[in-house]
Amino acid sequence: MPLFILRRILQSFNVLFVMSLLVFAGVYAIGNPLDLLVDPNATADDMARAAASLGLDQPLWVQYGRFLANAMRGDLGNSFIHGVPALGLIVERLPATLELAVVAMLIAVLLGIPLGLWAGLKPDSWTGRAIMAGSILGFSLPTFWVGLMLIMVFAVQLGWLPASGRGSTADVLGVSISLLTADGWRHLLLPAANLALFKLSLIIRLTRSGTREALLQDYVKFARAKGLSNARVVGVHVLKNILIPIVTVVGLEFGSLIAFSVVTESIFAWPGMGKLLLDSITQLDRPVVVAYLLLVVTLYVLINLVVDLLYAALDPRVRLAGARA
Amino acid sequence: MSETSPPPATSPAEADVERPLRRLVRMYAESRVALFGLALLLAIVLAALLAPWLAPQNPYDLIQLDMLDGRLPPGSASGDGRLTYLLGTDEQGRDMLSAILYGLRISVGVGVVATLLALAIGMALGLAAGYFGGRFDAILMRIADIQLSFPSILVAMILLALFGQGIDKIVIALVAAQWAYYARTTRSAALVEGRKEYIEAARLLGLSTPRILFRHLLPNCLPPLIVVAALQVAAAIALEATLSFLGLGLPVTEPSLGLLIANGFQYLYSGRYWISVFPGVALLLLILAINLVADQLRDVLNPRLQSQ
Amino acid sequence: MNAQRDPTLVVDRLTTRFVGRRGAVTAVDDVSFSVAPGEVLGLVGESGSGKSMTGFSILGLVDPPGEIAAGSIRLKGRELSDLSAREWRALRGDRIAMIFQDPMMTLNPVLRIDTQMIETVRAHRRISSNAARELACDALARVGIPSPDERLRAYPHQLSGGMRQRVAIAIALLNAPDLIIADEPTTALDVTIQAQILFEMQTLCRESGTALIWITHDLAVVAGLADRVCVMYAGRIVEQGSTAQVLETPAHPYTRGLLDSTPAANVQPDEAGRTQPLRQIPGMAPSLNELPAGCAFRPRCTRVSDLCQQVPPEVELAPGHVARCFHPLPAAQGVKS
Repeated sequence: MPLFILRRILQSFNVLFVMSLLVFAGVYAIGNPLDLLVDPNATADDMARAAASLGLDQPLWVQYGRFLANAMRGDLGNSFIHGVPALGLIVERLPATLELAVVAMLIAVLLGIPLGLWAGLKPDSWTGRAIMAGSILGFSLPTFWVGLMLIMVFAVQLGWLPASGRGSTADVLGVSISLLTADGWRHLLLPAANLALFKLSLIIRLTRSGTREALLQDYVKFARAKGLSNARVVGVHVLKNILIPIVTVVGLEFGSLIAFSVVTESIFAWPGMGKLLLDSITQLDRPVVVAYLLLVVTLYVLINLVVDLLYAALDPRVRLAGARA
Repeated sequence: MSETSPPPATSPAEADVERPLRRLVRMYAESRVALFGLALLLAIVLAALLAPWLAPQNPYDLIQLDMLDGRLPPGSASGDGRLTYLLGTDEQGRDMLSAILYGLRISVGVGVVATLLALAIGMALGLAAGYFGGRFDAILMRIADIQLSFPSILVAMILLALFGQGIDKIVIALVAAQWAYYARTTRSAALVEGRKEYIEAARLLGLSTPRILFRHLLPNCLPPLIVVAALQVAAAIALEATLSFLGLGLPVTEPSLGLLIANGFQYLYSGRYWISVFPGVALLLLILAINLVADQLRDVLNPRLQSQ
Repeated sequence: MNAQRDPTLVVDRLTTRFVGRRGAVTAVDDVSFSVAPGEVLGLVGESGSGKSMTGFSILGLVDPPGEIAAGSIRLKGRELSDLSAREWRALRGDRIAMIFQDPMMTLNPVLRIDTQMIETVRAHRRISSNAARELACDALARVGIPSPDERLRAYPHQLSGGMRQRVAIAIALLNAPDLIIADEPTTALDVTIQAQILFEMQTLCRESGTALIWITHDLAVVAGLADRVCVMYAGRIVEQGSTAQVLETPAHPYTRGLLDSTPAANVQPDEAGRTQPLRQIPGMAPSLNELPAGCAFRPRCTRVSDLCQQVPPEVELAPGHVARCFHPLPAAQGVKS
C-alpha cells in the first residue's frame, strides 16, 4: 500500500512538471504583455527597460528556468497589473472559491442521491419520470444561462436574494468565510445553486442507473429472500454498492466545480479566483494566469490522489488487490 | 443452442444493412419524446440555415437598424411601422428574432464543425491505437487520460488565453478539448471488435491493413462513436456559448447566442429581460433537442439493451 | 420416506403471469404439488420452463409486471397467496429460505459475511448482534466451513465459489426454516464440491425435518437426491411421481426424451458392449410468448395426435404417479387405474 501511494505521488509530480512546461511555454511564448502594460507612445528605450525589469528580454528557457526555480519557492512572479506576488493574489481568493464549490457539491450530493435512488426504485412512476426529465434539463441548461435566470427570478423579480458579491464574512484564522454569517449565506445561495445544478443532474443519473443495475443483481434478490426490510435492502445493500462509483465521481467532479466556478463567479461577481483568472486573461496578466493554472493543476492532482485512496478504502476488492501489489 | 455453421467471414456491418437500419428507425420511433426532440432539432437547424430568408431584417446591416427603436419590449412596432419586433430589440434597435436566427447559424456551425474535426482526429488516433497497440497506444492514452482529467472548459480557456479570440481559434480550442473523448471511445470499441472472429478472418484472407481498418473495423466501432458525437455536439455548442459569454470566445463581429446573452446581461437588472432571455431559450432548445436525440440514440444503439 | 405426515407445503393450481405491453405470458401454468417435512422434491426442467418462477412465486418474490394470477400456496396449512407485503417479508428468510444458482452473485460484494448473516437473524428475531453472531458461527460450522469465526470477518471475494455457496446455505439454515427452495445451487460448482454439497444438504434437511425443493435441469442430480420429482415443461408440470416412478417408468414423452439425452442414461453398455449415442429431443424449447395451444410439447413429440390440440388432463398412472398426456408411454400404461 505505501508503495502504491508513493508511485501515485511520483506520477502526480510528473503531471505537474509537464503541465508547468506547457503552461509556461504557452503563456509566455504567445502574445506580448508589453503592448498592454506600457504606454503605446513610449520610446523603444522605455520598452526595453520595462521588458528588462519584467525579465521578458531573456531567452525563453532562461525565463522558464527562473520561473521553475522561483516556483519551487512559491514565487510565481508579480502580477503585471497589481504589482504584488501572483500566487498570493490567487491564494487570497482561494477560500471564496472553495467555499462556493464545497457548498455546491453538498447541495448536489444531498439532493442528488435521494432523488436518484427514488428515480431508480420507481422508474415508471410519474415522480421518477419527473426527476429524470429534470435531470435531462439540468444537463441541457448551460450554467451561465441558469445563473442569469436565477438572478432574474430571485434577485430582480422576487427580490429575495442578492445578485452579486459575497456579503459579510467572518474571519476564522485569518480566512474570510461567508458560511458563518446569515448575510453570507444569502449571498452564497444563488451562486452555489447555480454551480450545483449540473453536478446534481449528474449525480441523479449516476445514482439512478446504479440503483437500477443493482436491483437486477442476485444479491439484492437474495437479500429480499432473506426477509430484509426494503429500507435495509435499499439503504445498505444497494446504497453501499452504488456509493463506490458515486464517491469516485464526486471526488473527480470537485475539480471541475472549481474550473466551472469561473462562469458562476463572473455572473454573480463572486470574488473568487475564477473571476480573477478571467480578468487576468483579458488583461494579459500572465503571472496570475500561470499561478492560477498551476494551483488548479495541483489541486486536481491532489484530488485524484485522495479519490484513489478513498476508492481503495471503500471497495474491499480493491483494498485486497492493493495490499497484494 | 447448437451452432453448426462456422461464423461468416464477412463483417456484421457489411451484411444485412437494410434490416438493422429499419429496426433502428422503428426502435427510435418508439419514444415520442425522442421523436419530438428530432423534430425540434430539424426545425432549429432549418431555421438557422434559412436565417437570411426567414429573418425580418439583417441584424448586421447597420443601415436597417434604427437607434430610436432601441430596447423595445416584445411585440412593439418599429418606428417606421414597417415591421413588428416579435421578441423585442436590443440597445441598438436590432430585432432580437433576427439576431437569434443569425446567432443560431454561428452556434450550430461552430459546434458541428468543431465536433466533426474532433471526431475525425480522435477516431483516426483511437483506431490506430486500438489496432496497433504498443507504445503509440500507451503514450496516446496517457495524454488522453491527463487531458480528460481536466474539464474541457479549463482546457479551452487556457487555449483561448493563449491564442486570443476568433472563430478559428475557438474551433481549435473546442477540438483540442474534445478529441480525447473520441480517441478513447474508438480505441475501446476497436479493442473489442478487433478480437472478434471476423477481423481474424479478414486478416487470414490477406486483406490490407487500411481495408481492415476502414471497411471492417471502423463500421463496427461506429455505434458508440455516433452516440458520443451526438452528445458532444451539444457540449461543444454549450461550451462555445459559455466562452463567448465570458468574452473569451467569438469576437463581437460574429455574434453567437452566447454573445447575445452576454450583451443583454446588464439589462436584466432593469427588467429588460428579452435581450438575454430569448437567445438563452433558443440555446436551451437547441441543446435540449440534441440531448434528447442523443439519449435515444444511445438506447437504440446499445447492444446490451437490444437483446432484451 | 413417503410418510403420511401433514405436508409442509401444498401448492394448488398455481398460475403466475407476466402482463406486458404485448400481452400476457404465463410463466407458471396450473401447477400443483406438495412437499412433506424432511422430503426432497426435485423440480426438473429446461431453462424457461417456469421452474425458477415457481420457486419465486412460493417465496412471494415475483417482480412486477409479474403476479400470481390464480391458485393457492399453503405453508403448514397457512394460505400465503393473500399475504400482505409485510407478512411476506416476515415469512421470507424465516419460514421459507432460498438458495440461488450462482454463489458468485448472491452475496453482496461490499458487505462482510458476518453483516450478511447477522442481518438475516435480526430481521426476524429480536436478539443482540452478539447472539446473532454466535448463531451465524454455528451455522457456518454446520455446513462444514473450517474456522468459521475467521470466515465471518471475510468479504465474499476472499472465499472460493464452493465456500460462498456454503455460506449461502448457512444463511438459509440460520432461522431453521420449514422449507428451503434451492435453485440449481450446485450448477456453477466443480463436480466434486457439487457432490459434497448435495450430500450435506440432504443430511441437514433430513435431520431437521426441513422440506426441500431442489430446482434443477439435471436429472442425474435428482436421481441421487430427491424423494419425488416434478418435471416441468413450458410452465406446466407434465409429470410427477416418486423418483423411481418418474425415472424408471417415465410416462410423458418429454420425460423420456430428457432421460435419453442424459449422459448417465447411456452409460450402461448393451449386450454387444456398445454404449448408445446420446439422443436429442428434436426441436427447441418454445418461447413462453409463442406457445402452441393445447399440449406445449406437441410440436416436438413423436406420439402427437389431433387430440393434443386440447390441454391434456392429469392422468394418474399409478398411486402418486401423474402425467399430463393423452398418450402416455406404454411401459407405464399397464398400471393405469
